[in-house]
Amino acid sequence: MISTERSQSQSPRSPTAAGAPFLTISVTDPVKMGTGVQSYISYRVITKTNLPEFEGQEKIVIRRYSDFEWLHDRLAEKYKGIFIPPLPEKNAVEKFRFSKEFIEMRCQALDLFVNRIASHPELKQTEDFRIFLQADEEKMDRARSYETGIFKKPSDFLQMFKDVQSKVSDVVLGKEKPVEESTPEYEKLKNYIFELENHLAEAQKQAFRLVKRHRELGQSLADFGKAIKLLGACEGDSLEKVFSEVGSKSEMLSVKLQREADNLLFHFEEPLKDYVRSVQSIKATMVDRANAFRQHFDLDQERKYKELNLEKLKFMNPEKFSETEVEFRELKADSEEATKRFEHIVAVMEEELARFQEQKTADIGLAFHEFAKGQAKLAKDIADAWRSVLPKLEACSTS
Amino acid sequence: MMSSTALPDLPAGDGDGDMETLHLAATTTSDYASVASTFDPLISASPPSPPTPAAFPLSPASSSFVDPPSYADVAASSSPHSASASSSASPRSVRAAASEYTFIAVSDPAPEAEPAATSLVPGSSPTYITYLVTSARRGEHRRHAVRRRFRDFVTLADRLAEAFRGHFVPPRPDKNTVESQVMQRDEFVAQRRAALERYLWRLAEHPAIGPSDELRVFLQTEGKMPLPSSTDVASRMLDGAARLPRQLLGEETVATPQDVVQPAKGGRDLLRIFKELKQSVVSDWAGVKPPLVEEDKEFLEKKQKLQDWEQQLTSASQQAEALVKAQQDMGETMGALGLAFIKLTKFETEEALYDSQRIRAADSKHIATAAVKASRACRDLNTQTVKYLDTLHEHLGIMLSVHTAFFDRSSALLTVQTLMSDLASLQSRIEKLEAAASKIFGGDRARLRKVEELRETIRATEDAKCCALREYERIKENNRSELHRLDQERKDDMLEMLKGYVASQAAYAEKIVEGWETVEEETSGYARKTDSTAW
Repeated sequence: MISTERSQSQSPRSPTAAGAPFLTISVTDPVKMGTGVQSYISYRVITKTNLPEFEGQEKIVIRRYSDFEWLHDRLAEKYKGIFIPPLPEKNAVEKFRFSKEFIEMRCQALDLFVNRIASHPELKQTEDFRIFLQADEEKMDRARSYETGIFKKPSDFLQMFKDVQSKVSDVVLGKEKPVEESTPEYEKLKNYIFELENHLAEAQKQAFRLVKRHRELGQSLADFGKAIKLLGACEGDSLEKVFSEVGSKSEMLSVKLQREADNLLFHFEEPLKDYVRSVQSIKATMVDRANAFRQHFDLDQERKYKELNLEKLKFMNPEKFSETEVEFRELKADSEEATKRFEHIVAVMEEELARFQEQKTADIGLAFHEFAKGQAKLAKDIADAWRSVLPKLEACSTS
Repeated sequence: MMSSTALPDLPAGDGDGDMETLHLAATTTSDYASVASTFDPLISASPPSPPTPAAFPLSPASSSFVDPPSYADVAASSSPHSASASSSASPRSVRAAASEYTFIAVSDPAPEAEPAATSLVPGSSPTYITYLVTSARRGEHRRHAVRRRFRDFVTLADRLAEAFRGHFVPPRPDKNTVESQVMQRDEFVAQRRAALERYLWRLAEHPAIGPSDELRVFLQTEGKMPLPSSTDVASRMLDGAARLPRQLLGEETVATPQDVVQPAKGGRDLLRIFKELKQSVVSDWAGVKPPLVEEDKEFLEKKQKLQDWEQQLTSASQQAEALVKAQQDMGETMGALGLAFIKLTKFETEEALYDSQRIRAADSKHIATAAVKASRACRDLNTQTVKYLDTLHEHLGIMLSVHTAFFDRSSALLTVQTLMSDLASLQSRIEKLEAAASKIFGGDRARLRKVEELRETIRATEDAKCCALREYERIKENNRSELHRLDQERKDDMLEMLKGYVASQAAYAEKIVEGWETVEEETSGYARKTDSTAW
């Protein structure tokens, strides 16, 4: 259970003032269900709350990854402008799916996902969230397949393709297209986000490698320790004893290295990966913003054009004028709507950015802390182990 | 410690890692500092480096491309005079201090043209490299300097092998004909130079070889090295083939005493080779108990123990190489991680719009600094680790010379056995002839003359046998004393190795604890306020 941001939710252990509103959620107990290709992991989602919007003090439901995905997609559809908390990767590759590490990390990431939603002022109040936390499994199944069913209509597919295309070209080739929001601040922000992702991806890559290096060093220390013990056995006498100690220390340190590797993976590499995902979520929002801008811009252009024509029509063809005026009013309403939507996204993004930066400083600060703590402890263990055996080596005589 | 006898007229070791002239006064710490400082994780990419020292035939080059400082260079710089982890004198330096020579250096590789080559195109004549070999004998102030090429070292090695049968003669650096084509010329030459220097030192430290004339001549006498008695195979075979008919006809049946002292080798003594081969086969196959058998139980036990030891040593040296690689990778990745965070810091600082960004940039910088420092410390550590664990490789090299010495022993024994069975067959021939002659009334002049000849042959063979036996005993004694010496040296070296390894590991760990603890402290504000599940 991670409690990085909990404005309204508190950990179960700290005392709750009577009546103070709280919402505590945890995702635990991953269990493999089903067999073969159909198999999946189910998770337990436990909600404890005293908020009136929820049914009862405690609710436990069983959810699978696609349920989380459903929630994510629903929120992303409805709340444009908000940086929806990222989901861990789907990872369809069979052999990696059910490794112990993968399952644990995914569980941790899903827990983080729901808790972030729970701490977001707007998102936590959504009905979709409540459904996710409370609906029984049947209802959840229906909701999920209903959504995916609709989603998979042929016309939706086409629309999906078009959207993807335009997303890519808008965001990536943006500069070519004339219809692009290009205020200097927004340009700067776009560049920042893209470059940030690169830097973070590099850091995450090295962090992942560092985990591997710890494991490799641990393995070679274990092998080396064994070899030293065997060498000592050849010599016999006092040398055998002291060699055996050195070998044992080596093996002990190997275990510590493996443990630090695990620690690094969960508390340093994963937060970095999560940071990268968050940045990708921002990019998704930027796509929404670009679409909203385009809509606003197009409609606005259309309105201006129609307005001019209307003026002409007023004098030249009064009959047609009234017809057209009605159309025009509708168009104007749509245009104003689109503009409002766009401006709403811009405003929300402002807030979200400030929140994001603060959140990330805290998240990464914690990751740094865990990293430094782990390395310091490891170094200390190494020093202690070798210092304890050195006097025995020095006291050993070979004659 | 040797460092006190700094020789003033020598140039100081270059700080940029030029290992051309290593001398007494340079302590390893300054070498390593200079070498380590040339390697800044923030600056350099990783250039490929020469593989493990050519002298040791084990590790394939591919496995350990170590970043500078290269394995070979570091091992070379661990001359016998290097300071050990504990400040007391290391066994190597003690041995060096007791050796016949106070100074040996191999330097200044320079190309020379083959004298016999005619070059139609200037500059295309085949050249070879010569090295300047400088030395000073204990008790003499005079410094000798001669130019030698690799072939001369091979000659020296061959002569020592002949002269010191039964001793553990340090193996010479490999010829590396493949590697010399594949590697960069400069790197190869540098590696070879270091290996040759180490080789000469090991010779000097050997209690029997150090004071020898062969070594002295090599180090002090200018001019071409006289070729050993057996150089090119073709002429040897021809020589031998020319003598064979005479041997078969019985005119030259006897190996002269000085010959038996040498193992049957090359074409010169084809007959002897055939005989000894037959003898060894007979000994193995027919179950015939050879007249003289290796009965020395103590020797056989020791031999077995050494075989076990060698096996463990081989495995340990492989693990040591893997360990060095893992340590190096760790240092590299830690450095790359630090670099990534430095870039992130710079980026966030430049683009900062929010205070939280500036804070994050500062945190990121602390992590980066600690990571880069840890990376440097790890690389320094690895230099040390390579130096200490190199002892394992050295001793594998020593095992080679042990095998040679044991082979000397068994081939000397074979010679004795062959001669003994020669005698036996000669004796039975005499008996047959005498029996046949006695049946003829009045005597058989021809046969009796033959018997006399055979008795002559027996006398000569007896002499040869005595020599061979003496030689065999001599070799046995050499084996014994060398085994005793090796036992002690091995224990000393292994203990020293572990001491050094453990001490350097402890020092490294202590160095980086502080850096990490500082960052831990600085970021403690982010630590979870509640005591959640410990991972």
